[in-house]
Amino acid sequence: MARKITIEPVTRVEGHGKVTIHLDDNNNVSQSRLHIVEFRGFERFVQGRPYWEAPVLVQRLCGICPVSHHLAAAKATDVIVGAGTGEGLTPTAEKMRRLMHYGQIFQSHTLHFFHLVSPDLLFGVDADPAIRNVIGVAMKHKDLAVQGVMMRKFGQEIIRATAGKKIHGTGAIPGGINKNLSLKERDEFLKGADPLNIDKMISWAQAAVDFFKDYHSKHKDMIDRFSVFPSNHLSLVRKDGALDLYHGVLRAVDPNGTKILNDVEYQEYYKYIGEEVRSWSYMKFPYLKSLGKKDGWYTVGPLARLNTCDFIPTPLAQKEFERYKAYTKGKPNNMSLHMHWARLIENLHAAEMIKKLLLDRDLQGTKLLTRGKKVHEGVGLLEAPRGTLFHHYKINDQDQIIMANLIVSTTNNNEPMNQAVSYVARSVFSGKAEITEGMMNSVEVAIRAYDPCLSCATHALGKMPLEISLHDAHGDIIDVRQK
Amino acid sequence: MRNRILVYGYGNPGRQDDGLGPALVERLEGEHIPGVATDSNYQLQVEDAVAVSQSDTVIFVDAAASGDEPFTFSEVKPSSETTFTTHSVSPGSVLALCNDLYQKKVRAYVLAIRGYGWEFVEELTPLAEKNLNEAFLFLRHRIDDLIIDGS
Repeated sequence: MARKITIEPVTRVEGHGKVTIHLDDNNNVSQSRLHIVEFRGFERFVQGRPYWEAPVLVQRLCGICPVSHHLAAAKATDVIVGAGTGEGLTPTAEKMRRLMHYGQIFQSHTLHFFHLVSPDLLFGVDADPAIRNVIGVAMKHKDLAVQGVMMRKFGQEIIRATAGKKIHGTGAIPGGINKNLSLKERDEFLKGADPLNIDKMISWAQAAVDFFKDYHSKHKDMIDRFSVFPSNHLSLVRKDGALDLYHGVLRAVDPNGTKILNDVEYQEYYKYIGEEVRSWSYMKFPYLKSLGKKDGWYTVGPLARLNTCDFIPTPLAQKEFERYKAYTKGKPNNMSLHMHWARLIENLHAAEMIKKLLLDRDLQGTKLLTRGKKVHEGVGLLEAPRGTLFHHYKINDQDQIIMANLIVSTTNNNEPMNQAVSYVARSVFSGKAEITEGMMNSVEVAIRAYDPCLSCATHALGKMPLEISLHDAHGDIIDVRQK
Repeated sequence: MRNRILVYGYGNPGRQDDGLGPALVERLEGEHIPGVATDSNYQLQVEDAVAVSQSDTVIFVDAAASGDEPFTFSEVKPSSETTFTTHSVSPGSVLALCNDLYQKKVRAYVLAIRGYGWEFVEELTPLAEKNLNEAFLFLRHRIDDLIIDGS
């Protein structure tokens, strides 16, 4: 009897994702898909609003990565007010924004590792869900949990100091920033009481990388073989090829490392990137036009960024990057769970960047704004924690937004997440007649590697449990599991 | 010793009634009540265990998509759970972290104010506004009781 397995993960006021796995009469996986229920209400909502409101308005998208949307919109409106694309801002404005951004990266990457990844690593994918969570980590590995909590807090305080407040920050405005960093604020981050100072954060970020490497050395089979598939990879890189999460040019490489998008300016991203609609998902599937819809899909995020960049411009992260690259002999890394390794290296880089910025006296400068000749269109890109984030706006003569197009990281990763689910489904579901907790979690682990942000990719209401249901060839449910 | 109270509202004010928690906290901040600290954010997160550990009583204020009108007020205990994303943690999880990491047992309540609309609008629906008013009056009196007897 052919079967269909459905997984429905949903959180609070967020999006709605569902995994369906079709089994044939021999219980082999014949097809699997990750469906995202998307409602692009925001892009319609923003139309008619003055462009200068965009950096604040976009934070309504969700509460997960408001800083990334805030800064991407600010970068797009920089172009509109004639302040240029990244290099046009005053040093104080550009560095304050970078500090805000790296604070966001630091707290987000930290949370992902300590909250989602460490329970799976410490207790195993098959472990009882009652202990396989951050509370379980707190009980059995208290030091690690305290580090995670305090690193998150540090990153949040960086955001508060640069964005002005935790909810609906206003730090970045078209053409610049509305505050600098006082010496008092700076010194709290540089010399704060233990553990809330940047040197401690760097040492803990290094320890997290070491933790993963140690785990990897003991569990190579699991980490290296869990969901491996060839992919193109796309991200911003600095013009000299360095990892740069705030600004740069667009680069993409194929599974062999050959450049297929060679450091292009992103203001005309639409020349290179298309968005495909598929009948079974509300979320679009971006692709590189040069390769077409079938072969042009790509991965974004930590794995992609370390595959596209040539080096990391901070010493500790660069050292780890060299080890990481050596593991695949310099070739692109297509192992899904190595996303965690890449994320932790980026986290170390973020901590180093925060220190470098804190020591830069430009942060106390008073020239905060740049203005030039206004234009009617602007694109802002940055590397959000989960990957490349695109904001594109057009305005009319009355300064009202008449078009908005957002491609969020989760949308960019739509096809890779589908690929990851398919790989795992084939590995763990084929030949099985029943769904176990371990099988369910294996699919989740594959998706969790991307940490999809459904609330900005989607809009749906309510709170539903995670659910797997089995359907026969006629669509009738023959088994359901929830948690 | 005076009972230290933290009132923590969470939700996204840009998503209509999801902003009920922060709206109540904003109103409470105007009262400047000695011994009462306030905070708000889009979601509860693991680091909130630090602030909670520095209190004797915490009142989490959230919007409710279903349930009794105009609000419910109930005690919450530490709990653990597995989540699918990093996007939020529950009040029970924050309390469990507080217990496990800081050995601090905190009395905690959830004030769940019923909401109705969740669109991209930075304004409460009229019904939610009415519920907010009633919840605020209730909480104001409840805080007085907590300050006095700590129960």
